[in-house]
Amino acid sequence: MNNSNRQSIAEIVEKSLAKRKAKEKRFRFAGMLAVITALIMLAVLLLSIVVTGLPAFTQTAIKLDFHFEESLLPADTELTDEVIASMDFHSLVKKTLREKFPMVKKRGDKKALYKMISNGAPYQLRDMLIEDHSLLGKTVPVWVLADDEVDSIFKGSKTIADSRLTETQYGWVRQLVAEDRVVTRFNWTFFQNGDSREPEQSGIRGAIMGSLLVIIVTLGLSFPMGVAAAVYLEEYAKPSRLNDLIEININNLAAVPSIVFGLLGLAVYINFMGMPRSAPLVAGLVLTLMTLPTIIIASRAALKSVPPSIREAALGMGASKMQMIFHHVLPLAMPGMLTGSIIGMAQALGETAPLLMIGMIAFIVDIPQGFMDPATVLPVQIYLWADVPEAAFRERTAAAIMVLLAFLVTMNLLAVWLRKKFEKRW
Amino acid sequence: MNTESMTETMTETGDFAMSAEEKHVVEEDLHGIATDDTETVGKPLLAPEKSRMTCRNVYVYYGEKMAIDNCSLDIGKNEVLSMIGPSGCGKSTFLRCLNRMNDTIDICRVEGEIKLDKQDIHDPKLDVVPLRARVGMVFQKPNPFPKSIYDNIAYGPRIHGMVDNKSDTDELVETSLQRAGLWEEVKDRLDAPGTGLSGGQQQRLCIARAIAVNPEVILMDEPCSALDPIATAKIEELIDELREEFTIAIVTHSMQQAARVSQRTAYFHLGKLIEVGKTDKVFTNPEHKLTEDYITGRFG
Repeated sequence: MNNSNRQSIAEIVEKSLAKRKAKEKRFRFAGMLAVITALIMLAVLLLSIVVTGLPAFTQTAIKLDFHFEESLLPADTELTDEVIASMDFHSLVKKTLREKFPMVKKRGDKKALYKMISNGAPYQLRDMLIEDHSLLGKTVPVWVLADDEVDSIFKGSKTIADSRLTETQYGWVRQLVAEDRVVTRFNWTFFQNGDSREPEQSGIRGAIMGSLLVIIVTLGLSFPMGVAAAVYLEEYAKPSRLNDLIEININNLAAVPSIVFGLLGLAVYINFMGMPRSAPLVAGLVLTLMTLPTIIIASRAALKSVPPSIREAALGMGASKMQMIFHHVLPLAMPGMLTGSIIGMAQALGETAPLLMIGMIAFIVDIPQGFMDPATVLPVQIYLWADVPEAAFRERTAAAIMVLLAFLVTMNLLAVWLRKKFEKRW
Repeated sequence: MNTESMTETMTETGDFAMSAEEKHVVEEDLHGIATDDTETVGKPLLAPEKSRMTCRNVYVYYGEKMAIDNCSLDIGKNEVLSMIGPSGCGKSTFLRCLNRMNDTIDICRVEGEIKLDKQDIHDPKLDVVPLRARVGMVFQKPNPFPKSIYDNIAYGPRIHGMVDNKSDTDELVETSLQRAGLWEEVKDRLDAPGTGLSGGQQQRLCIARAIAVNPEVILMDEPCSALDPIATAKIEELIDELREEFTIAIVTHSMQQAARVSQRTAYFHLGKLIEVGKTDKVFTNPEHKLTEDYITGRFG
């Protein structure tokens, strides 16, 4: 090869160099564009949820002075909790409002006046009296929730033109504001109450309790079973056709659409075994089947990653196979197993379709106390509220989504932290 | 038969002018034990009262491939036997037969008779767990458990029920570490993780761990190959000290180490046991040509 040939190769390369660099640059640009697009879409999604949902975290309350008159108590009756429960607090609220706004005379106007306060106010008064019997006869200022229409206007979610409030009604509100009787505060009701027809009284507590009970059942069942199955398949099973079949089936189960598990739950647990509908126990059983493959696969990977030198060292000491697995392999594989389980639980937390099938779509007001009580879960609650057209419920749907996302992010962060923490150990 | 094919190959290449007959040896000073069918040169077998472990006609197969071909070897009480040979000659495989570690490999099949103190270790009535407690093993790469130094040593005695209470365990841990020559260096940090020690210290920890269960035989599979010369020297010193209480079989790649440490040496070649004898003799005046080739560096 003579010099001139070599020169021309260099020149050829030089010529193509510009083209190659340009290609690389375009590729990098395309990659960055893809990432930025994805981030923008994510930001838009999150932003729209947050903007819609943030108003739901505040509520409007109105302070009125309620006189717990003695006439509430029928003559010659003792003041017990049952008696209090039967007292007419509705009239008390109406009377207080009439006294506050004496200029309201017409019947229609009076009805409009009563509509400004949440219809949960009487129950609030009743509970106050039950807690403190000595209130009877006294006049106490109480902060009651405003009706959701007033609430929405106050927060700016609606204009007066859109709402059902009339100018007159809003005039009353303005008068109360002038008297410093209206305040916007954090919406604790959202976290304390269960579902309700009235937006201002509705909360996600029932859904959160339901989700919690379901996750407890799911974790309690799927983690031990998944770990045990993984240990068996990894350590004890001899390669055979049967075991290959089992492996294939487990891997396929992970890909089955979740609603199929719901149908299974409906057919087997509810119809055949007669378990109660909407119970966290049934939901837990259904979700266990769903997360089991995830946990088994993650656990097997964790077991495989334990170095054989540890196993040999244990066996060489005279440990039996079971001792080797439980004293040495499992503790080392545990971080991987936990990470897989947490991710599996996070998936289970967000599952809606299978739970709809087993009846969690019902409107459930009471907070579930046990595993057999009818319950609903957070994603289903979101689904139910999303159907309601009221502006106040739209806000609450978004707020519930934010709460669910917060749980999921926390769980995934926990999984990442766990993984990082145990990575350094060995 | 493999032997014949090997003989044929050798005569074809002309390098080794060997025939099957030349490899027959009948040992005179053994007490009436005939060794006609062995091709091993030297003294593979010992008097029954002098041997701790005896192996007769051991064959090891990995699937279809034969890894050990008809080895018969005795390991004497309180001696250090070193097994040398080129890579892949089967010495580690043979060592692992002695405590049935080859059981963990599915495709591995061991035939022949191996006895520890006259008991057949493959007896189906005997559990392998006590065998491994009596025959300890130290591996090539130090593999302390990812636990504290204390727990590393205490693990074996605990699972075998050798100790009931903390003070007994403390004593045992201290004794083992002292015998391994590690006590002074780690006595202040017994709770530190075993994996935090240096390579040489880790290997001594593994040796301490092995002797904590008071075995009868200690098998060492190239224990110093991953260590620096100073750590190696310490461990060789340790092996010398341990010889007084234990029987040690050591596989080593380093002929110098075998010469330093052992009393008897066995030379393996492609799965066959070629020569066994006193270490000095094997290294200065080997009887078999293959041994001589290996020692002089012409092969392997």
